[in-house]
Amino acid sequence: MPISLLEDSSLLAINVGASTTRAALFDVVEGEYRFLAQGQAPSTAEAPFKDVSLGVRQAIANLQAISGRILLDADQQLIKPTQLDGSGVDALAVTLSAGPTLRAVVVGLLSDVSLESARKLAETAYLQVVETFGLNDHRKADEQLNALLRARPDVILLAGGTDGGATRSIRKMIESIGLACYLTPPEKRPAVLFAGNQSLTDEIKSSLEKWTASLHISPNIRPSLETEDLTPAARELAQVFVDVRKRQMPGLAELAAWSGGHILPTAYAEGRIIRFLSQMSGSSRGILGVDIGATAAVVAAAFGSKLTLGVYPELGVGENLPALLRYCRIEDIVRWMHLDISPSVVRDYLYQCSLFPGTLPATQEERVIAQAVSRQALYLAVQAVKRNFPRTVRPLQPDLLPVFEPILAAGGVVGDAPISGQSLLLLLDAIQPVGVTSIILDQNNLLPLLGVAAEFNPLLPVHILESGAFMSLGTVVSVVGQAPYGFPILRAHLKYTDGNEAQVEVKFGGLEALPLAPGQTARLTLRPLHRADIGNGPGRNATVQVTGGAIGVVFDARGRPLELPSDPVRRRELLKKWNWFVGG
Amino acid sequence: MLAPVYHVLPFTAIERERALPIDGNVLAKMGQKVNATDTIAEASWAREHKLVDVARALGVSASQADRLLRVKVGDEVNQGSELAVGSGIMPRSVQAPCDGRVVVSGGGQVLIAAGDASLELKAGLGGTVIQIIPNRGAVIRTVGALIQGRWGNGRIQSGSMVSLSETPDEVITASSLDVSLRGSILLGGFIRDADTLRVAEEVSLRGLILSSISPALLSTAMQMPFPIISIEGFGQIPMNSAASRLLFSSVKREVSINAENFDRYTGKRPEIIIPLQVTQEPPLPPDIDTLAPGQTVWIRRPPHAGAVGTLMHLKSGLTTLPSGIRARAAEVRLESGEQILVPLVNLEIVG
Repeated sequence: MPISLLEDSSLLAINVGASTTRAALFDVVEGEYRFLAQGQAPSTAEAPFKDVSLGVRQAIANLQAISGRILLDADQQLIKPTQLDGSGVDALAVTLSAGPTLRAVVVGLLSDVSLESARKLAETAYLQVVETFGLNDHRKADEQLNALLRARPDVILLAGGTDGGATRSIRKMIESIGLACYLTPPEKRPAVLFAGNQSLTDEIKSSLEKWTASLHISPNIRPSLETEDLTPAARELAQVFVDVRKRQMPGLAELAAWSGGHILPTAYAEGRIIRFLSQMSGSSRGILGVDIGATAAVVAAAFGSKLTLGVYPELGVGENLPALLRYCRIEDIVRWMHLDISPSVVRDYLYQCSLFPGTLPATQEERVIAQAVSRQALYLAVQAVKRNFPRTVRPLQPDLLPVFEPILAAGGVVGDAPISGQSLLLLLDAIQPVGVTSIILDQNNLLPLLGVAAEFNPLLPVHILESGAFMSLGTVVSVVGQAPYGFPILRAHLKYTDGNEAQVEVKFGGLEALPLAPGQTARLTLRPLHRADIGNGPGRNATVQVTGGAIGVVFDARGRPLELPSDPVRRRELLKKWNWFVGG
Repeated sequence: MLAPVYHVLPFTAIERERALPIDGNVLAKMGQKVNATDTIAEASWAREHKLVDVARALGVSASQADRLLRVKVGDEVNQGSELAVGSGIMPRSVQAPCDGRVVVSGGGQVLIAAGDASLELKAGLGGTVIQIIPNRGAVIRTVGALIQGRWGNGRIQSGSMVSLSETPDEVITASSLDVSLRGSILLGGFIRDADTLRVAEEVSLRGLILSSISPALLSTAMQMPFPIISIEGFGQIPMNSAASRLLFSSVKREVSINAENFDRYTGKRPEIIIPLQVTQEPPLPPDIDTLAPGQTVWIRRPPHAGAVGTLMHLKSGLTTLPSGIRARAAEVRLESGEQILVPLVNLEIVG
C-alpha cells in the first residue's frame, strides 16, 4: 500500500553491495522528493567483519557527516520515525547484492519450453545453475538423485507442465527432489520455488514443505505452451534470495527489522525501476539499464511492461573475476586496451583482484586494465541478455541491439572513471547501441534504490529521476552501415535554441561530437549516406530533439558490430585516438 | 575507517575453529595436545544411492510391494541379499544391487545408500584443544609466530623449514631441488614452471612457501600432495618485508602449514605457524581495527602491491589518485622512505 507524502516523507535507502555499502537519503523539499546525500563505506558481509550491519552503520555515519542529519542514536540504532528535532528518518528500504552466488538446480520438462523459461528465470537472480533436469535427461532416477545431491543447491527452481496439463513427469521429479532434500542435512537443505502446473500446488506442499529450507509457490512461468510469464516467479525468486541470505548473512535480520522486511535483491530492484521508466515513457522504444558490479553484471531491458532481466554473477568484476576467462579469451580483454600490456599481466590482475574486490586501481595502467575487463564483461552480458528479448522486439539487424532510449548505466568502474568521456566510450564499446539514444550515468548507484523506494511511494522515483540526480553523458547517434574507411557516412546539423547552428560530416570508422551542454536541448537533423541506418530505416533522414550532456552530441560511426583491427599496434593507435577524442 | 588486520606476528596467541562441514565423529578430547596433521574429527557419507523399484520387479502394486519387503530403514544389506520376496509357489525375489544401508523405503521402492566417502579433518595447527564442537570439531589454541598468506592449495603439513637463499626474491628451479630437501618445507620466492613443482613432489618436499604464484601454475599446484602457500597472491609480487623477515629468521625451525583455501566469507585463509614455548600467554590479535596514523599497513594493489609501510596521514575528503580516480586516501611512508598516496580500501593493517 503506497504511503502518501504527508504521512511518510523521508526515506533512507541502503544498498549493500559486495564491495561497497551505500546509504542514500531522500526527503521532500518544496513539495517534491529530492536525493539529499549519500554516505558510503566498505561492505562488511565478508570476513573478518562477517556482519553486514557494520558497513551499513558506517555508511549511515558517513551520511550523517555529509548531511548533518542525525540518523543513528547513541546505541547506534536507527532513529525512526523522524523526530521533532529533525533527526531520524521515516522509512528504510534495503537492496542487497553481497554474498556468494547461490547454487541453483533447474528442473523442468521440455528443454525448449519449461526448462528454457526456468533458465531465464534463474538469470533474473544472483544464481549459478549447477545442474539441470528435464525430460530429455536419460539418467536413471537414482543417477539423477545422486547428481542432485552432488550439486548441493541453495535453490531448486521447479517448473513444468502447462496449467491443467502434464503431471506425471513432474510428480517423478518432485519425488526425486523430496528424496534429495530428505537425505540432505537439515541446515543444508535448499529452498524450492515451484513455478509449474498449478494443479500440483497442494501436492508440492504436502510432499516438499517439511523437507526444504523454505518452499515458495508462484504462478506458472509457462501457463500455456505459447505463453511465458516470468514476472510473478521472478518476484518470488527475489524473496527466495532474501530468505536464503537471511540465513547466511549475519546482520541482515537486523536490517530486515529496521526496514520492516523491505529488502530486495539489487538486480531485481534495478529491473523494476527500468520497467517502471519504460511504462512511464509510453515510448515504443525500449529502455536499457546496465550495471557492472563486483557481484554480477546486470542488464535490464524493458519494452513497456515487458522486462528482460539478466543477472550474470560469472561476469561480475569482483570475486568471480577469474571466471571471466571461461567465457572469453584473455586476448578479448587485451583488445580493449590502448596501452601495451601483456596478457599475463591481465591474467595476474584478474586473479589478484578477485582476492580484493573492493580495491581501486591506483595507477593509470591498472585503471586501463580495469576498464578493459569491465568492457568485456559488460559486452558479454549484453550479448547474453539479447537472447531473452521478447520476439516482438526487432533489432535493426539480427546481430545488433534494438534502439534503446535512454540507456542508464551504473557500476564502480563506469562511475569511478576520472573523465566522463571514458565512461561514455566504455559503454559505447561494450553495449554498441544503435540509432539515437541518450546515455545517462547513475554515478550514485541510485537506480536500485529507486526500485525499492517505489514500494513505499511511487512518486519518489518520478521526482528523483526528474531532479537531475543522474548525469547525462550525452546523446549518441550510432550509425549502422558500411562505407570505405574514412568516407562520409552521415551529415548532421544541430540547431541550438538560441538560433546558433553547428554541423559535422561524420566519416565511417570514426567518432565525432558537437557541443551541447547538460540540460540544453537542440534540434538535430541527420542525413545518412550509403543507405546507413540511424534507427529509422536504411538511408532515411531524421530530425529529432536532443538533450545535451557532458560530452554533447556524439556520433559513433565506427561500425556495428564494432570490429577492431587485428594488428595490435594499429588497434592500440586507434584506441588511443578514440580515447583522446573523449578526453582520456 | 575499519580495515581488516593482516597477521604477521612474531609472538601471538592463535585460536582456530576446525569443523567438519557435516555432522561426524569428533576424535579430539578436551585439553588434548594435537599436531597439525592429527585427525581431530571424521565424517562419512554415502558415495551414491541406488533406487530399487521393488513393485516393478515383482509386478505388483506399490502397496503390495511394501508388504513384501524384508528390509526396513536402517538395515544394512549386502549385494545379493533379499530386499523383498513375492508370493506364490515359485516366488520371485528382489535382491540388493550393492552393499549398503536402507535409507528410505515405501511406495514400492527401496533406496540404498552405498559406498562410504569419508573426510578426515586435520587439526591444521599444533596446539591444545580448548573447546569441543559437538559432532563437528574443535577449537585449538597455540602460541607462536603467525604469518598469513593469500592463496593455498588445501593441504596441511608440518616440518623443518629450509631456504635455498637468504631473500624471498629468488626463483626456485627444478635443478635447485634435490633429495637433501626431502621432508623439508621450502621457503622461496617464485616458481616459473610446472616441472619445478613436479620435481618438488619427486624429492618429497613437505611444503612450499612462495612469495606469489602464477595463475598458470594453479592447476598443477592443486594436485601436489604437499601444502603450497602464496604469501602475496598471484603474479610476481615480492614477499612483504614483515613476512619475509619473520620467515627467513625462522629457517631451520619446525613450522606448520595450513594451506587452506582462502574463503572470504568464513575468513579461513592459508597460514604458517611457528610454535613457541612460553610461560606467559599473549593475547589474541584483533581481526579488525580502525585505520590510524602510525600503524604499519600492507598495500593490496600496484604499483606497490605487497609493500609494507607506515600510515602517516589520513587525507580528509576525496583525493585524486595517479589513476585519476577520486577516493578517500592516506599517505603511506614505505620502508624505502618514499611517501606515497594509497586509497584506504587498498590498505590492510599489519598486526
